[in-house]
Amino acid sequence: MTVTAPDSVLDPTSWNILTSMPKLSALTMSAELEALAATRDDIVVLTADLASSNGLDAFQRAYPDRFVNTGIAEQNMMSIAAGMASTGLIAFVSTFASFASLLCAEQLRTDLAYTKMKVRVLAHHAGISMGFYGTSHHAVEDIAVTRAMGNMTVVSACDGNAIRGLIRSTLDIDGPAYIRIGRGAEKPVYDTIPNFEHGRFVRLREGRDATLIATGIGVKAALDAALALEGDGLAVRVLDAAYIKPLDTDAILAAARETGAILTVEEHNPYGGLGSAVGEVLAEAGVGIRFAKKSLPDDYALVAPPTHLYRHYGLTGEGVATALKQLLAR
Amino acid sequence: MDNAILPRNRDADIRQLERKADWIRLETIRLVEIAKSGHYSSVFSCAEMFAALYYHTLRLKPTEPGWADRDRFLLGKGHAAIGQYPILAELGYFPTDWLDTYTRLGSPLGDHPDMNKVPGCDFSSGSIGHNLSVGVGIALAAKMRRQDYLTWVMIGDGELAEGQVWEAAMAAAQYGLSNLIGIVDANGMGLDGDMPDVMGIEPVAAKFESFGWSTDEIDGHDMEAVIAAFDRAQAATRPHMIVARTKKGKGVGFMETTPYWHLGFLGPADKAMAVAEIQARIDA
Repeated sequence: MTVTAPDSVLDPTSWNILTSMPKLSALTMSAELEALAATRDDIVVLTADLASSNGLDAFQRAYPDRFVNTGIAEQNMMSIAAGMASTGLIAFVSTFASFASLLCAEQLRTDLAYTKMKVRVLAHHAGISMGFYGTSHHAVEDIAVTRAMGNMTVVSACDGNAIRGLIRSTLDIDGPAYIRIGRGAEKPVYDTIPNFEHGRFVRLREGRDATLIATGIGVKAALDAALALEGDGLAVRVLDAAYIKPLDTDAILAAARETGAILTVEEHNPYGGLGSAVGEVLAEAGVGIRFAKKSLPDDYALVAPPTHLYRHYGLTGEGVATALKQLLAR
Repeated sequence: MDNAILPRNRDADIRQLERKADWIRLETIRLVEIAKSGHYSSVFSCAEMFAALYYHTLRLKPTEPGWADRDRFLLGKGHAAIGQYPILAELGYFPTDWLDTYTRLGSPLGDHPDMNKVPGCDFSSGSIGHNLSVGVGIALAAKMRRQDYLTWVMIGDGELAEGQVWEAAMAAAQYGLSNLIGIVDANGMGLDGDMPDVMGIEPVAAKFESFGWSTDEIDGHDMEAVIAAFDRAQAATRPHMIVARTKKGKGVGFMETTPYWHLGFLGPADKAMAVAEIQARIDA
């Protein structure tokens, strides 16, 4: 590493990649992987010139011999990880979700999923969390793409503790896992590292009037919405769809049966994501309830800071509460 | 079969290896007969190298395909797997009668090799351009864990048009992978014609040299040259690329002159002619 502390900076409002990292407290991958690597020798970490952005430079400093930087060559990185996994290693590859899921879709499918390699794709900065960087850096199709791959496990973390919990719960899965991660500024949902059960949603809030099934940043928005709707006399169930594939069919059907209305919440295109997956379950079970998807539009996001975009597209407590009231008024 | 390890660089008679290469051609013709479609000429260009690798060069343990210390062989040009299957069967990786199921419903043996179905296949392939990267990963893993197996990856010259090959070439040099050996089966033809017309890639060896590899350039049908190059490659101190000049369709006269036997089927009269030509060499 050649990065050094910016000791020549005078202005306290200055910042750079290095100094901004402590603010991104939800990027917990390195802490978890360092802890794992301390107890097992089969963990390797790869990145494509983004270690200083995803925080895995800390892993690199701790375990330089188990860290591979491929340069800006994400497809190469995926296939290298596949080769390493074929020898019995568990390879954690990290890059922006847009590149992981779209640029590398074929490597994911052919080299990781078809072959059942134990590669964990840490797909960070998912959704529109890169804000004004624009569409090239947004991943709003990644759930649809990865969920359609046989042997692929798809999970989605709503905060820093969830990332650590999902790394743990997917560690021993045969075959690859796509781990969808935000930009690291997510507000906490979990106080401690949750113990995720394979293929199960987490019930974060009980309720019998409606259910919000949310994933990623949608979870915090759903919790905020449920809290706000309490004032309106509504008891809203909130489920964290940490596992998207396999999908918690039981929890979906129970929510339909017990609450009669489901709104899904996700930072994704309306097609092929969590909402589509939940809708498929309901339709195939012949369950006719009030159902809607709160997602991004089938379009490319405007340019804005991420929090402004979330407000604009209604992926906030207020936006989700409004959408749920509309659903219940149907 | 016993549990013996087939050691690296085992004694082999050049004439016997040449016969093996022609036997691979005959087996390819036989299996294409089952599928009614196949990549004859892509196998024929690398048949000598298949024979040299499996009957001389590679350290193998056919009774334990997943043996951690085996040398790896990845076939980037996966459409030549039809020439690899008969060898794997003969070495005891799987029953020879599997060959008779080639491409039929539920067979482990398809046009492209599946590592989870074909014992002895070290990594699946089919999408051109991936396997050199996979080989980089396998070689990196050996360095990390201080294992001494070698990783061999055979790619086609048409495959060199894929950008990922050059990403892999960069990474291999960056990580000093002297345990990675590439072979370019430079048969000079893609599906659509001669390489210079489809997409010029020469000078191949100079390109890899400039990416930090050591290289060797040989006649890929000269068994003595192949063996010598494979032996030399194992002493390389950098990632090493063997550019093997070959002829697509080599060994069957009427296939050597056109790119269109990349994929095809031989009717009875043409098959008899091809088999007679090959068999005559074996019997000579």
